[in-house]
Amino acid sequence: MADTNARAKSVTPNGKAVAFRGGGFAPKPHRWVGGLVFVVLILLAEWGTRTGWISALTLPKPSDVLVTFLQLYDSGLLFRHLGPSLSRLVVGAAIGASLGISMGVLIGLFSYIRSGLVPLVAAIFPIPKIALLPLFVIWFGIGEGSKYALIAFGTFTPTVVATYGAVDNVDRTLIRMGQSFGLSWWSIVRKIVLPGAMPGILSGLRISLAIAIILLVAAEMLGAEYGIGAYILEAGSLYDLERLFAGVVILSLLGVGVSAIIGAVERRLLTWRT
Amino acid sequence: MDIRLDSICHSYDSFEVLRDISIDIASGQIVCIVGPSGCGKSTLLRFIGGLERPTSGQVLQIGAPPADSLNPLTYVFQDFALLPWRSVAGNISLVLEDHGIRGKAATKIIKDVLSRTKLSDFAEALPKQLSGGMKQRVAIARALAVRPAVMLMDEPLSALDAQTRELLMDDLVDLWTRQPFTAVYVTHNLAEAVRLGHKVVVLSRRPGQIREIVSIDTPLGQRAFGDADLDAHQKYLWHLMRDEARAADAELLHG
Repeated sequence: MADTNARAKSVTPNGKAVAFRGGGFAPKPHRWVGGLVFVVLILLAEWGTRTGWISALTLPKPSDVLVTFLQLYDSGLLFRHLGPSLSRLVVGAAIGASLGISMGVLIGLFSYIRSGLVPLVAAIFPIPKIALLPLFVIWFGIGEGSKYALIAFGTFTPTVVATYGAVDNVDRTLIRMGQSFGLSWWSIVRKIVLPGAMPGILSGLRISLAIAIILLVAAEMLGAEYGIGAYILEAGSLYDLERLFAGVVILSLLGVGVSAIIGAVERRLLTWRT
Repeated sequence: MDIRLDSICHSYDSFEVLRDISIDIASGQIVCIVGPSGCGKSTLLRFIGGLERPTSGQVLQIGAPPADSLNPLTYVFQDFALLPWRSVAGNISLVLEDHGIRGKAATKIIKDVLSRTKLSDFAEALPKQLSGGMKQRVAIARALAVRPAVMLMDEPLSALDAQTRELLMDDLVDLWTRQPFTAVYVTHNLAEAVRLGHKVVVLSRRPGQIREIVSIDTPLGQRAFGDADLDAHQKYLWHLMRDEARAADAELLHG
Protein backbone atom coordinates (compact mmCIF):
# COMPACT_ATOMS: atom_id res chain seq x y z
CA MET A 1 0.00 0.00 0.00
CA ALA A 2 2.76 2.38 0.97
CA ASP A 3 4.26 1.79 -2.43
CA THR A 4 1.12 2.73 -4.38
CA ASN A 5 0.69 5.88 -2.26
CA ALA A 6 4.24 6.87 -2.95
CA ARG A 7 3.64 6.42 -6.68
CA ALA A 8 0.44 8.48 -6.59
CA LYS A 9 2.27 11.52 -5.32
CA SER A 10 5.26 11.77 -7.58
CA VAL A 11 7.25 13.75 -5.01
CA THR A 12 7.93 11.78 -1.84
CA PRO A 13 10.25 12.57 1.02
CA ASN A 14 12.72 10.18 -0.59
CA GLY A 15 12.87 12.04 -3.89
CA LYS A 16 11.06 12.59 -7.18
CA ALA A 17 9.90 9.57 -9.19
CA VAL A 18 11.65 9.26 -12.55
CA ALA A 19 9.20 10.24 -15.30
CA PHE A 20 8.33 7.38 -17.70
CA ARG A 21 9.39 8.17 -21.23
CA GLY A 22 9.72 4.75 -22.87
CA GLY A 23 7.14 2.60 -24.63
CA GLY A 24 5.31 3.10 -27.92
CA PHE A 25 6.62 2.35 -31.43
CA ALA A 26 5.41 -1.23 -31.10
CA PRO A 27 2.16 -1.77 -33.07
CA LYS A 28 -0.09 -4.42 -31.54
CA PRO A 29 -2.95 -6.08 -33.40
CA HIS A 30 -6.45 -4.92 -32.40
CA ARG A 31 -8.80 -7.02 -34.49
CA TRP A 32 -12.04 -5.20 -33.74
CA VAL A 33 -10.74 -1.76 -34.76
CA GLY A 34 -10.60 -2.77 -38.41
CA GLY A 35 -14.22 -3.92 -38.35
CA LEU A 36 -15.26 -0.79 -36.47
CA VAL A 37 -13.80 1.48 -39.17
CA PHE A 38 -15.88 -0.35 -41.82
CA VAL A 39 -19.05 -0.14 -39.72
CA VAL A 40 -18.59 3.56 -38.96
CA LEU A 41 -17.95 4.45 -42.62
CA ILE A 42 -20.97 2.47 -43.81
CA LEU A 43 -23.21 3.96 -41.12
CA LEU A 44 -21.97 7.43 -42.05
CA ALA A 45 -22.78 6.79 -45.73
CA GLU A 46 -26.21 5.38 -44.79
CA TRP A 47 -26.98 8.37 -42.59
CA GLY A 48 -25.72 10.82 -45.20
CA THR A 49 -27.74 9.33 -48.05
CA ARG A 50 -30.90 9.02 -45.95
CA THR A 51 -30.85 12.66 -44.79
CA GLY A 52 -30.02 13.84 -48.30
CA TRP A 53 -26.71 15.28 -47.17
CA ILE A 54 -25.14 13.02 -49.81
CA SER A 55 -27.11 13.02 -53.07
CA ALA A 56 -28.23 9.72 -54.60
CA LEU A 57 -26.02 10.44 -57.62
CA THR A 58 -22.89 10.74 -55.50
CA LEU A 59 -23.21 7.51 -53.55
CA PRO A 60 -25.84 4.78 -53.41
CA LYS A 61 -27.51 3.94 -50.12
CA PRO A 62 -25.53 1.09 -48.47
CA SER A 63 -28.80 -0.64 -47.61
CA ASP A 64 -29.84 -0.53 -51.29
CA VAL A 65 -26.50 -2.04 -52.25
CA LEU A 66 -27.18 -4.83 -49.79
CA VAL A 67 -30.64 -5.40 -51.27
CA THR A 68 -29.13 -5.53 -54.78
CA PHE A 69 -26.55 -7.98 -53.57
CA LEU A 70 -29.21 -10.21 -52.00
CA GLN A 71 -31.25 -10.10 -55.22
CA LEU A 72 -28.15 -11.10 -57.14
CA TYR A 73 -27.68 -13.99 -54.76
CA ASP A 74 -31.36 -15.06 -54.88
CA SER A 75 -31.50 -14.97 -58.66
CA GLY A 76 -28.48 -17.30 -58.79
CA LEU A 77 -26.71 -14.77 -61.01
CA LEU A 78 -24.07 -14.22 -58.33
CA PHE A 79 -22.53 -17.61 -58.93
CA ARG A 80 -22.86 -17.37 -62.68
CA HIS A 81 -20.66 -14.28 -62.47
CA LEU A 82 -18.43 -15.46 -59.65
CA GLY A 83 -17.74 -18.93 -61.10
CA PRO A 84 -16.00 -17.87 -64.33
CA SER A 85 -14.23 -15.03 -62.49
CA LEU A 86 -12.81 -17.35 -59.88
CA SER A 87 -11.64 -19.89 -62.44
CA ARG A 88 -9.94 -17.14 -64.49
CA LEU A 89 -8.31 -15.82 -61.33
CA VAL A 90 -7.13 -19.24 -60.18
CA VAL A 91 -5.80 -20.37 -63.58
CA GLY A 92 -4.19 -17.03 -64.48
CA ALA A 93 -2.64 -16.42 -61.08
CA ALA A 94 -1.41 -20.02 -60.82
CA ILE A 95 0.36 -19.77 -64.21
CA GLY A 96 1.81 -16.35 -63.42
CA ALA A 97 2.89 -17.12 -59.87
CA SER A 98 4.47 -20.50 -60.67
CA LEU A 99 6.39 -19.13 -63.66
CA GLY A 100 7.34 -16.10 -61.57
CA ILE A 101 8.61 -18.16 -58.65
CA SER A 102 10.62 -20.45 -60.97
CA MET A 103 12.21 -17.56 -62.82
CA GLY A 104 12.85 -15.68 -59.57
CA VAL A 105 14.67 -18.69 -58.13
CA LEU A 106 16.74 -19.06 -61.33
CA ILE A 107 17.64 -15.35 -61.22
CA GLY A 108 18.57 -15.74 -57.56
CA LEU A 109 20.83 -18.72 -58.24
CA PHE A 110 22.61 -18.09 -61.55
CA SER A 111 24.71 -15.00 -62.31
CA TYR A 112 24.20 -15.16 -66.08
CA ILE A 113 20.45 -15.54 -65.83
CA ARG A 114 20.39 -12.67 -63.33
CA SER A 115 22.44 -10.38 -65.56
CA GLY A 116 20.34 -11.30 -68.57
CA LEU A 117 16.86 -11.18 -67.12
CA VAL A 118 16.83 -8.54 -64.37
CA PRO A 119 16.91 -5.66 -66.91
CA LEU A 120 14.21 -7.42 -68.95
CA VAL A 121 11.98 -7.78 -65.89
CA ALA A 122 12.62 -4.14 -65.00
CA ALA A 123 11.58 -3.21 -68.54
CA ILE A 124 8.29 -5.12 -68.51
CA PHE A 125 7.33 -4.39 -64.90
CA PRO A 126 6.10 -0.80 -65.48
CA ILE A 127 4.11 -1.63 -68.63
CA PRO A 128 0.41 -1.38 -67.79
CA LYS A 129 -0.61 -4.90 -68.71
CA ILE A 130 -4.12 -3.67 -69.51
CA ALA A 131 -2.65 -1.78 -72.46
CA LEU A 132 -1.52 -5.10 -73.88
CA LEU A 133 -4.99 -6.67 -73.76
CA PRO A 134 -5.66 -6.09 -77.48
CA LEU A 135 -2.34 -7.76 -78.25
CA PHE A 136 -3.25 -10.74 -76.08
CA VAL A 137 -6.61 -10.98 -77.89
CA ILE A 138 -4.71 -11.31 -81.17
CA TRP A 139 -2.27 -13.84 -79.70
CA PHE A 140 -4.59 -15.95 -77.60
CA GLY A 141 -8.07 -15.26 -79.01
CA ILE A 142 -11.04 -13.41 -77.57
CA GLY A 143 -11.95 -16.34 -75.29
CA GLU A 144 -10.46 -17.46 -72.02
CA GLY A 145 -6.88 -17.61 -73.36
CA SER A 146 -6.34 -13.87 -73.49
CA LYS A 147 -7.83 -13.44 -70.02
CA TYR A 148 -5.55 -16.09 -68.50
CA ALA A 149 -2.59 -14.51 -70.28
CA LEU A 150 -3.34 -11.01 -69.00
CA ILE A 151 -3.71 -12.16 -65.38
CA ALA A 152 -0.69 -14.45 -65.61
CA PHE A 153 1.50 -11.74 -67.12
CA GLY A 154 0.41 -9.25 -64.48
CA THR A 155 1.16 -11.57 -61.54
CA PHE A 156 4.40 -12.81 -63.11
CA THR A 157 6.55 -9.66 -62.83
CA PRO A 158 5.94 -8.76 -59.15
CA THR A 159 6.37 -12.44 -58.22
CA VAL A 160 9.75 -12.60 -60.00
CA VAL A 161 11.00 -9.49 -58.23
CA ALA A 162 9.81 -10.66 -54.79
CA THR A 163 11.22 -14.17 -55.31
CA TYR A 164 14.73 -13.24 -56.35
CA GLY A 165 14.86 -10.69 -53.54
CA ALA A 166 13.85 -13.45 -51.13
CA VAL A 167 16.47 -15.84 -52.51
CA ASP A 168 19.12 -13.11 -52.14
CA ASN A 169 18.13 -12.71 -48.51
CA VAL A 170 18.63 -16.35 -47.56
CA ASP A 171 21.28 -16.54 -44.85
CA ARG A 172 24.60 -17.34 -46.60
CA THR A 173 26.01 -18.99 -43.48
CA LEU A 174 23.30 -21.67 -43.83
CA ILE A 175 24.39 -22.28 -47.43
CA ARG A 176 28.07 -22.50 -46.37
CA MET A 177 26.96 -24.96 -43.69
CA GLY A 178 25.24 -27.08 -46.33
CA GLN A 179 28.37 -27.04 -48.51
CA SER A 180 30.61 -27.89 -45.56
CA PHE A 181 28.56 -31.01 -44.89
CA GLY A 182 28.89 -32.05 -48.51
CA LEU A 183 25.21 -31.54 -49.43
CA SER A 184 24.55 -31.69 -53.16
CA TRP A 185 23.67 -28.51 -55.04
CA TRP A 186 20.10 -29.68 -55.50
CA SER A 187 19.74 -30.52 -51.79
CA ILE A 188 20.98 -27.05 -50.84
CA VAL A 189 18.44 -25.43 -53.17
CA ARG A 190 15.57 -27.64 -52.04
CA LYS A 191 16.27 -27.83 -48.31
CA ILE A 192 17.97 -24.50 -47.56
CA VAL A 193 17.33 -21.91 -50.28
CA LEU A 194 13.63 -22.53 -50.97
CA PRO A 195 12.44 -22.78 -47.35
CA GLY A 196 14.60 -19.78 -46.48
CA ALA A 197 13.05 -17.74 -49.29
CA MET A 198 9.50 -18.80 -48.44
CA PRO A 199 8.61 -15.82 -46.18
CA GLY A 200 9.64 -13.37 -48.91
CA ILE A 201 7.85 -15.34 -51.64
CA LEU A 202 4.59 -15.42 -49.67
CA SER A 203 4.64 -11.72 -48.89
CA GLY A 204 5.32 -11.13 -52.59
CA LEU A 205 2.28 -13.27 -53.46
CA ARG A 206 0.07 -11.00 -51.35
CA ILE A 207 0.86 -8.16 -53.74
CA SER A 208 0.81 -10.27 -56.92
CA LEU A 209 -2.60 -11.76 -56.14
CA ALA A 210 -4.12 -8.33 -55.40
CA ILE A 211 -2.82 -7.25 -58.82
CA ALA A 212 -4.38 -10.42 -60.28
CA ILE A 213 -7.81 -9.33 -59.01
CA ILE A 214 -7.39 -5.88 -60.56
CA LEU A 215 -6.44 -7.43 -63.89
CA LEU A 216 -9.30 -9.92 -63.67
CA VAL A 217 -11.77 -7.05 -63.89
CA ALA A 218 -9.83 -5.47 -66.72
CA ALA A 219 -9.78 -8.75 -68.64
CA GLU A 220 -13.51 -9.25 -68.21
CA MET A 221 -14.33 -5.83 -69.52
CA LEU A 222 -13.55 -7.09 -72.98
CA GLY A 223 -15.61 -9.86 -74.51
CA ALA A 224 -16.91 -11.57 -71.38
CA GLU A 225 -20.59 -12.35 -70.93
CA TYR A 226 -20.29 -13.44 -67.32
CA GLY A 227 -17.85 -12.43 -64.64
CA ILE A 228 -17.61 -9.77 -61.95
CA GLY A 229 -15.82 -7.44 -64.37
CA ALA A 230 -18.57 -7.79 -66.99
CA TYR A 231 -21.18 -7.21 -64.30
CA ILE A 232 -19.49 -4.02 -63.09
CA LEU A 233 -18.94 -2.76 -66.62
CA GLU A 234 -22.60 -3.26 -67.46
CA ALA A 235 -23.74 -1.57 -64.26
CA GLY A 236 -21.37 1.31 -64.91
CA SER A 237 -22.54 1.95 -68.41
CA LEU A 238 -26.18 2.00 -67.18
CA TYR A 239 -25.14 4.24 -64.31
CA ASP A 240 -26.67 1.72 -61.92
CA LEU A 241 -24.69 2.68 -58.84
CA GLU A 242 -26.24 0.04 -56.57
CA ARG A 243 -25.12 -2.79 -58.84
CA LEU A 244 -21.76 -1.14 -59.44
CA PHE A 245 -21.15 -1.03 -55.72
CA ALA A 246 -22.42 -4.57 -55.21
CA GLY A 247 -19.77 -5.67 -57.72
CA VAL A 248 -17.08 -3.64 -55.99
CA VAL A 249 -18.02 -5.20 -52.65
CA ILE A 250 -17.60 -8.66 -54.19
CA LEU A 251 -14.10 -7.69 -55.38
CA SER A 252 -13.18 -6.40 -51.93
CA LEU A 253 -14.40 -9.61 -50.35
CA LEU A 254 -12.37 -11.57 -52.90
CA GLY A 255 -9.30 -9.58 -51.86
CA VAL A 256 -9.95 -10.20 -48.18
CA GLY A 257 -10.42 -13.91 -48.93
CA VAL A 258 -7.14 -14.20 -50.88
CA SER A 259 -5.30 -12.38 -48.11
CA ALA A 260 -6.82 -14.73 -45.52
CA ILE A 261 -5.75 -17.77 -47.54
CA ILE A 262 -2.16 -16.51 -47.71
CA GLY A 263 -2.30 -15.73 -43.98
CA ALA A 264 -3.37 -19.32 -43.32
CA VAL A 265 -0.59 -20.69 -45.54
CA GLU A 266 1.93 -18.49 -43.70
CA ARG A 267 0.73 -19.74 -40.33
CA ARG A 268 1.01 -23.31 -41.57
CA LEU A 269 4.42 -23.06 -43.30
CA LEU A 270 6.18 -20.44 -41.25
CA THR A 271 5.62 -21.59 -37.67
CA TRP A 272 9.40 -21.62 -37.29
CA ARG A 273 9.64 -17.85 -37.53
CA THR A 274 10.36 -16.06 -34.28
CA MET B 1 44.04 -39.06 -40.62
CA ASP B 2 46.46 -36.18 -40.02
CA ILE B 3 46.27 -32.75 -41.59
CA ARG B 4 49.28 -30.78 -42.68
CA LEU B 5 49.21 -27.10 -43.57
CA ASP B 6 52.07 -26.53 -45.96
CA SER B 7 53.37 -22.91 -46.11
CA ILE B 8 50.01 -21.29 -46.65
CA CYS B 9 49.98 -17.67 -47.83
CA HIS B 10 46.90 -15.68 -48.66
CA SER B 11 46.14 -12.18 -49.88
CA TYR B 12 42.99 -10.39 -50.93
CA ASP B 13 44.10 -8.29 -53.92
CA SER B 14 47.27 -6.63 -52.64
CA PHE B 15 46.26 -7.07 -49.02
CA GLU B 16 48.26 -9.78 -47.30
CA VAL B 17 46.29 -11.77 -44.74
CA LEU B 18 48.35 -14.87 -43.95
CA ARG B 19 52.05 -15.51 -44.43
CA ASP B 20 53.79 -18.87 -44.53
CA ILE B 21 51.67 -20.90 -42.13
CA SER B 22 52.78 -24.50 -41.61
CA ILE B 23 51.10 -26.61 -38.93
CA ASP B 24 50.81 -30.36 -38.37
CA ILE B 25 47.57 -31.56 -36.86
CA ALA B 26 47.95 -35.05 -35.47
CA SER B 27 45.07 -37.45 -35.17
CA GLY B 28 43.33 -37.40 -31.77
CA GLN B 29 44.63 -33.95 -30.86
CA ILE B 30 42.91 -30.63 -30.40
CA VAL B 31 44.91 -27.80 -31.93
CA CYS B 32 43.80 -24.34 -30.88
CA ILE B 33 44.56 -21.34 -33.05
CA VAL B 34 44.57 -18.01 -31.21
CA GLY B 35 45.43 -14.57 -32.45
CA PRO B 36 44.29 -10.96 -32.39
CA SER B 37 41.14 -10.06 -34.30
CA GLY B 38 41.60 -9.86 -38.05
CA CYS B 39 44.71 -12.06 -38.09
CA GLY B 40 43.08 -14.49 -40.51
CA LYS B 41 42.46 -17.39 -38.14
CA SER B 42 38.91 -18.06 -39.38
CA THR B 43 40.16 -17.78 -42.97
CA LEU B 44 42.76 -20.43 -42.16
CA LEU B 45 40.00 -22.71 -40.89
CA ARG B 46 38.03 -22.22 -44.11
CA PHE B 47 41.10 -23.36 -46.05
CA ILE B 48 41.37 -26.53 -43.99
CA GLY B 49 37.77 -27.50 -44.74
CA GLY B 50 37.95 -26.52 -48.41
CA LEU B 51 35.46 -23.64 -48.25
CA GLU B 52 38.10 -21.23 -49.56
CA ARG B 53 41.38 -21.57 -51.48
CA PRO B 54 44.67 -20.05 -50.30
CA THR B 55 46.71 -17.91 -52.72
CA SER B 56 49.64 -20.29 -52.33
CA GLY B 57 50.53 -23.32 -50.26
CA GLN B 58 48.27 -26.29 -49.67
CA VAL B 59 46.33 -28.24 -47.11
CA LEU B 60 47.20 -31.94 -47.17
CA GLN B 61 45.34 -34.92 -45.78
CA ILE B 62 47.85 -37.51 -44.64
CA GLY B 63 46.42 -40.99 -44.59
CA ALA B 64 42.86 -41.92 -45.48
CA PRO B 65 39.96 -40.89 -43.24
CA PRO B 66 38.25 -43.76 -41.39
CA ALA B 67 36.02 -45.73 -43.74
CA ASP B 68 32.85 -44.99 -41.76
CA SER B 69 33.42 -41.23 -41.83
CA LEU B 70 30.67 -39.58 -43.86
CA ASN B 71 32.14 -36.09 -43.93
CA PRO B 72 35.82 -36.16 -42.87
CA LEU B 73 36.18 -32.38 -42.46
CA THR B 74 33.21 -31.06 -40.50
CA TYR B 75 32.60 -27.55 -39.20
CA VAL B 76 31.01 -26.22 -36.06
CA PHE B 77 30.16 -22.58 -36.67
CA GLN B 78 30.14 -19.63 -34.29
CA ASP B 79 26.54 -18.72 -35.17
CA PHE B 80 25.36 -22.37 -34.99
CA ALA B 81 24.01 -22.38 -38.59
CA LEU B 82 20.90 -24.42 -37.74
CA LEU B 83 17.98 -24.41 -40.15
CA PRO B 84 15.24 -22.57 -38.22
CA TRP B 85 12.49 -24.49 -40.03
CA ARG B 86 13.75 -27.90 -38.99
CA SER B 87 13.53 -29.47 -35.55
CA VAL B 88 16.62 -30.59 -33.67
CA ALA B 89 16.28 -34.11 -35.10
CA GLY B 90 15.50 -32.65 -38.54
CA ASN B 91 18.67 -30.55 -38.50
CA ILE B 92 20.73 -33.65 -37.85
CA SER B 93 18.84 -35.73 -40.38
CA LEU B 94 19.59 -33.00 -42.98
CA VAL B 95 23.27 -33.96 -43.08
CA LEU B 96 22.49 -37.70 -43.20
CA GLU B 97 19.89 -37.57 -45.98
CA ASP B 98 22.46 -36.77 -48.66
CA HIS B 99 24.41 -39.88 -47.70
CA GLY B 100 21.31 -41.98 -48.26
CA ILE B 101 20.81 -42.57 -44.54
CA ARG B 102 17.10 -42.39 -43.76
CA GLY B 103 14.50 -44.09 -41.63
CA LYS B 104 15.72 -46.49 -38.96
CA ALA B 105 19.44 -46.09 -39.62
CA ALA B 106 19.10 -42.30 -39.34
CA THR B 107 16.99 -42.52 -36.17
CA LYS B 108 19.67 -44.67 -34.57
CA ILE B 109 22.46 -42.18 -35.32
CA ILE B 110 20.32 -39.21 -34.25
CA LYS B 111 19.43 -40.90 -30.96
CA ASP B 112 23.08 -41.70 -30.29
CA VAL B 113 24.44 -38.19 -30.95
CA LEU B 114 21.59 -36.53 -29.04
CA SER B 115 22.30 -38.64 -25.98
CA ARG B 116 26.02 -37.88 -26.24
CA THR B 117 25.24 -34.14 -26.23
CA LYS B 118 22.52 -34.49 -23.54
CA LEU B 119 19.76 -33.37 -25.89
CA SER B 120 17.59 -36.52 -25.95
CA ASP B 121 14.53 -34.70 -24.59
CA PHE B 122 14.66 -31.97 -27.23
CA ALA B 123 14.58 -33.94 -30.47
CA GLU B 124 11.34 -32.33 -31.64
CA ALA B 125 12.08 -28.74 -30.48
CA LEU B 126 12.61 -25.96 -33.03
CA PRO B 127 15.83 -23.91 -32.84
CA LYS B 128 13.88 -20.80 -31.81
CA GLN B 129 12.85 -22.58 -28.59
CA LEU B 130 16.45 -23.34 -27.58
CA SER B 131 18.99 -21.26 -25.67
CA GLY B 132 22.31 -20.39 -27.28
CA GLY B 133 24.14 -23.15 -25.43
CA MET B 134 21.59 -25.76 -26.52
CA LYS B 135 21.77 -24.56 -30.13
CA GLN B 136 25.52 -25.03 -30.12
CA ARG B 137 25.10 -28.51 -28.62
CA VAL B 138 22.73 -29.32 -31.49
CA ALA B 139 25.39 -28.12 -33.93
CA ILE B 140 27.97 -30.31 -32.19
CA ALA B 141 25.57 -33.28 -32.32
CA ARG B 142 25.07 -32.63 -36.03
CA ALA B 143 28.84 -32.60 -36.55
CA LEU B 144 29.23 -35.86 -34.60
CA ALA B 145 26.49 -37.50 -36.68
CA VAL B 146 28.66 -37.55 -39.80
CA ARG B 147 31.56 -39.14 -37.85
CA PRO B 148 34.17 -36.53 -38.82
CA ALA B 149 37.86 -37.33 -38.97
CA VAL B 150 38.61 -33.70 -38.06
CA MET B 151 36.25 -31.20 -36.45
CA LEU B 152 36.81 -27.62 -37.54
CA MET B 153 35.48 -25.37 -34.81
CA ASP B 154 35.21 -21.67 -35.62
CA GLU B 155 34.86 -19.78 -32.33
CA PRO B 156 32.13 -22.22 -31.29
CA LEU B 157 31.63 -20.71 -27.85
CA SER B 158 32.07 -17.03 -28.68
CA ALA B 159 28.37 -16.29 -29.08
CA LEU B 160 27.58 -17.69 -25.63
CA ASP B 161 27.63 -16.13 -22.17
CA ALA B 162 30.47 -16.92 -19.77
CA GLN B 163 28.61 -19.52 -17.67
CA THR B 164 27.25 -21.41 -20.68
CA ARG B 165 30.75 -21.36 -22.13
CA GLU B 166 32.15 -23.08 -19.02
CA LEU B 167 29.42 -25.74 -19.18
CA LEU B 168 30.03 -26.39 -22.86
CA MET B 169 33.78 -26.60 -22.36
CA ASP B 170 33.15 -29.31 -19.76
CA ASP B 171 30.88 -31.08 -22.25
CA LEU B 172 33.55 -30.93 -24.96
CA VAL B 173 36.18 -32.30 -22.58
CA ASP B 174 33.77 -35.13 -21.63
CA LEU B 175 33.12 -35.90 -25.28
CA TRP B 176 36.83 -35.99 -26.04
CA THR B 177 37.68 -38.12 -23.00
CA ARG B 178 35.08 -40.72 -23.92
CA GLN B 179 36.11 -40.83 -27.55
CA PRO B 180 39.13 -38.72 -28.57
CA PHE B 181 38.53 -36.70 -31.73
CA THR B 182 40.78 -34.51 -33.84
CA ALA B 183 39.90 -30.85 -33.90
CA VAL B 184 41.14 -27.49 -35.04
CA TYR B 185 39.69 -24.96 -32.66
CA VAL B 186 39.83 -21.28 -33.57
CA THR B 187 39.22 -18.84 -30.74
CA HIS B 188 40.21 -15.45 -29.39
CA ASN B 189 39.55 -16.66 -25.85
CA LEU B 190 42.78 -17.82 -24.20
CA ALA B 191 40.96 -19.60 -21.36
CA GLU B 192 39.27 -21.87 -23.95
CA ALA B 193 42.60 -22.44 -25.70
CA VAL B 194 44.41 -23.63 -22.56
CA ARG B 195 41.41 -25.71 -21.44
CA LEU B 196 40.94 -27.58 -24.71
CA GLY B 197 44.18 -27.40 -26.66
CA HIS B 198 46.92 -30.01 -26.80
CA LYS B 199 48.74 -27.49 -28.91
CA VAL B 200 48.07 -23.76 -29.04
CA VAL B 201 49.18 -21.97 -32.18
CA VAL B 202 49.67 -18.23 -31.58
CA LEU B 203 49.31 -16.08 -34.68
CA SER B 204 50.61 -12.55 -34.97
CA ARG B 205 48.51 -9.69 -36.22
CA ARG B 206 47.98 -9.15 -39.96
CA PRO B 207 49.59 -10.58 -41.94
CA GLY B 208 49.11 -13.60 -39.74
CA GLN B 209 52.30 -15.52 -39.08
CA ILE B 210 53.00 -18.20 -36.50
CA ARG B 211 54.59 -16.56 -33.44
CA GLU B 212 54.86 -19.67 -31.36
CA ILE B 213 53.34 -23.10 -30.91
CA VAL B 214 52.77 -23.87 -27.22
CA SER B 215 52.21 -27.49 -26.17
CA ILE B 216 50.19 -28.18 -23.03
CA ASP B 217 50.82 -31.65 -21.68
CA THR B 218 48.26 -31.86 -18.86
CA PRO B 219 45.62 -34.41 -19.96
CA LEU B 220 42.33 -32.72 -20.89
CA GLY B 221 40.39 -34.52 -18.17
CA GLN B 222 42.64 -33.15 -15.45
CA ARG B 223 42.38 -29.53 -16.50
CA ALA B 224 39.97 -27.77 -14.20
CA PHE B 225 38.60 -24.26 -13.97
CA GLY B 226 41.17 -22.05 -12.20
CA ASP B 227 44.04 -24.59 -12.40
CA ALA B 228 47.35 -22.84 -11.49
CA ASP B 229 49.32 -24.56 -14.23
CA LEU B 230 46.77 -23.55 -16.86
CA ASP B 231 46.79 -20.00 -15.52
CA ALA B 232 50.54 -19.89 -16.06
CA HIS B 233 50.06 -21.04 -19.66
CA GLN B 234 47.30 -18.50 -20.16
CA LYS B 235 49.48 -15.70 -18.77
CA TYR B 236 52.29 -16.73 -21.07
CA LEU B 237 49.96 -16.72 -24.09
CA TRP B 238 48.63 -13.32 -23.13
CA HIS B 239 52.19 -12.06 -22.76
CA LEU B 240 52.84 -13.24 -26.34
CA MET B 241 49.71 -11.66 -27.71
CA ARG B 242 49.26 -8.49 -25.74
CA ASP B 243 51.20 -6.03 -27.87
CA GLU B 244 49.93 -7.65 -31.06
CA ALA B 245 46.36 -7.35 -29.86
CA ARG B 246 46.85 -3.71 -28.93
CA ALA B 247 48.37 -2.90 -32.31
CA ALA B 248 45.63 -4.83 -34.11
CA ASP B 249 42.99 -2.92 -32.20
CA ALA B 250 44.49 0.41 -33.24
CA GLU B 251 44.53 -0.50 -36.96
CA LEU B 252 42.01 0.91 -39.38
CA LEU B 253 39.70 -1.67 -40.83
CA HIS B 254 40.34 -2.68 -44.40
CA GLY B 255 37.51 -1.49 -46.43
